[in-house]
Amino acid sequence: MNAAERRVWFAAGLALLCAATFMTLGLRGNFAFVLELRAVKLLALVQVAVAVAVSTVLLQTVTGNRILTPSIMGLDALYLLGQTVMVFLLGGLGFASVDPRMKFLCALLAMVGVAAAVFLPILRRQVPLFRMLLTGALLGILFRSLTSLVGRLIDPNDFAVLQGSGYANFSAVRGDLLALGLVLTAAGAAVAWRLRHVLDVVALGPAAAIALGIDWRRTVTGILTLVVTLVAVSTALVGPVVFLGLLVVALAERMTGTQRHAVLLPASALIAVAVLVGGQTVLQHGFGGAGTLGVIVEFVGGTLFLFLLATERGR
Amino acid sequence: MIEIEGVSLSHRGTPILHEVSLALPKGELTALIGPNGAGKSSLLSVVARLQPLQSGSVAVDGLPVDRTPSRELARMLTIMRQDTGFAGRLTVRELVGFGRFPHSRGRLTDEDRERIDEALALFDLTALAGRDLGTLSGGQRQRAFVAMAFCQGTDYLLLDEPLNNLDMMYARQMMRLLRKVVDRRGRTVVIVLHDINYAAAYADRIVAMKDGRIVAHGPPNDVLTVGRLEQLYGYRMQVHRIDGRTMIRHHD
Ligand SMILES: Nc1ncnc2c1ncn2[C@@H]1O[C@H](COP(=O)(O)OP(=O)(O)OP(=O)(O)O)[C@@H](O)[C@H]1O
Ligand SMILES: [Mg+2]
Repeated sequence: MNAAERRVWFAAGLALLCAATFMTLGLRGNFAFVLELRAVKLLALVQVAVAVAVSTVLLQTVTGNRILTPSIMGLDALYLLGQTVMVFLLGGLGFASVDPRMKFLCALLAMVGVAAAVFLPILRRQVPLFRMLLTGALLGILFRSLTSLVGRLIDPNDFAVLQGSGYANFSAVRGDLLALGLVLTAAGAAVAWRLRHVLDVVALGPAAAIALGIDWRRTVTGILTLVVTLVAVSTALVGPVVFLGLLVVALAERMTGTQRHAVLLPASALIAVAVLVGGQTVLQHGFGGAGTLGVIVEFVGGTLFLFLLATERGR
Repeated sequence: MIEIEGVSLSHRGTPILHEVSLALPKGELTALIGPNGAGKSSLLSVVARLQPLQSGSVAVDGLPVDRTPSRELARMLTIMRQDTGFAGRLTVRELVGFGRFPHSRGRLTDEDRERIDEALALFDLTALAGRDLGTLSGGQRQRAFVAMAFCQGTDYLLLDEPLNNLDMMYARQMMRLLRKVVDRRGRTVVIVLHDINYAAAYADRIVAMKDGRIVAHGPPNDVLTVGRLEQLYGYRMQVHRIDGRTMIRHHD
């Protein structure tokens, strides 16, 4: 076992420790009930952590930089747009009465389609970072303003159904999508893991990857579909998460000293679990304000983003 | 054999290659020469399917490059590009190891490791194997990229200005090494060179390009004439024959 792999195990230990603390700290009253409640929440947090970390690594690899996150590229806004369009088409009551899993899958399908149409042409070759950032920012604005435009067309009562889905909230996770999310996250993570060697080659850029026998178009389409699916899962569960991925991937890279995906993927996912679950535990018991984790994570991650941008570490 | 037939290429309406046709036999070292912007790199990237084929056809050992699975081609042909720009965090050994990807899909076997060690040794990189690419000098990095292409073990090796940044000793060593893989292992090497004296000394044939067209094609002594060189580069050079070899004095 080399040093990088040892550090992955260290991250695993840390994540496990956080999870154990989360489950057991300050346990009182009806044990079975509280434990079940916490287990459900833990499951959701782990899913979000894995989905955010893996999708960020994948997106950064296909775009050839270590500074982007799916959210910076406007992908979560795309999910919210899908939801809003559905409310528009079905009406608030209709929307509320549709099985949430059905809604989720419809939004996901639309997302994959739009993302493929918009991003594939961009990813044909590696684009300079500033253009990528600009494109992402513009797409985000576009999707968000379309969302509010459609939102205006909706009956105000119907629009209320959508409210509250605009910000990440780690203490109020959606329970109804947990099982479906679990399946998708597990499948997504498994596919990413199987692709780990291919991803190493993709990181070399289109020309080098093609010379090594990668079918660039097909591979990038596959990776993008994976990214979109994972973003949809995390956005559906807790809302948009902008900088968490950036934070954990940068930490993972710093900690393991490698960009090999066999190390980077698990390390990022485990660190994300530690940050979310650990942060939630601390806030719940230390500061009483469990709802603020999203804000703190985004603040720290956002600061890091600016730092990376300023020092151009992200290539 | 690489067969290029009627290949044209344009970028946003600007023509880059005009109906290029060329056949390069197996087991030879071909030097591609010509002024900046002649289309040498463009031609190589079309052959190596890095650019989609817009018109015409390219076949390697009879397989059309635009319709053969990329993975299959990667075991037959590889390219080292002129700008290898990669800034991620990689060691020399990891980079060279990528050359084995078409064979083992990332799970290195003992044979792969042997090939990697061999490539590192051949390009004098063994002592640098653990170093990050970003910490190397220009010439060291250049050798690492050529070693990676070499390590891929393909019959066809397209090298776009591999002598960039190399000192005389390493440039000579690289040309001798390429000569050796052509003579001993029957590999085919197509190499873009700017120093025509290297082309004169080591190539079996020279292909001269200008303005997206092939203007001359043949053994070095036929191509490297005063008239041709003036046509290519726009000024008169002195072509000498010393001990039966062509030497070009291209500076004052
Ligand atoms: N992506 C591109 N967009 C527009 N024009 C291009 C592009 N790539 C190449 N060209 C143009 O095509 C022509 C041929 O370029 P190419 O890189 O093939 O030349 P070259 O012979 O390799 O030159 P050099 O010796 O400088 O490497 C040039 O005029 C160049 O400006
Ligand atoms: Mg060139």
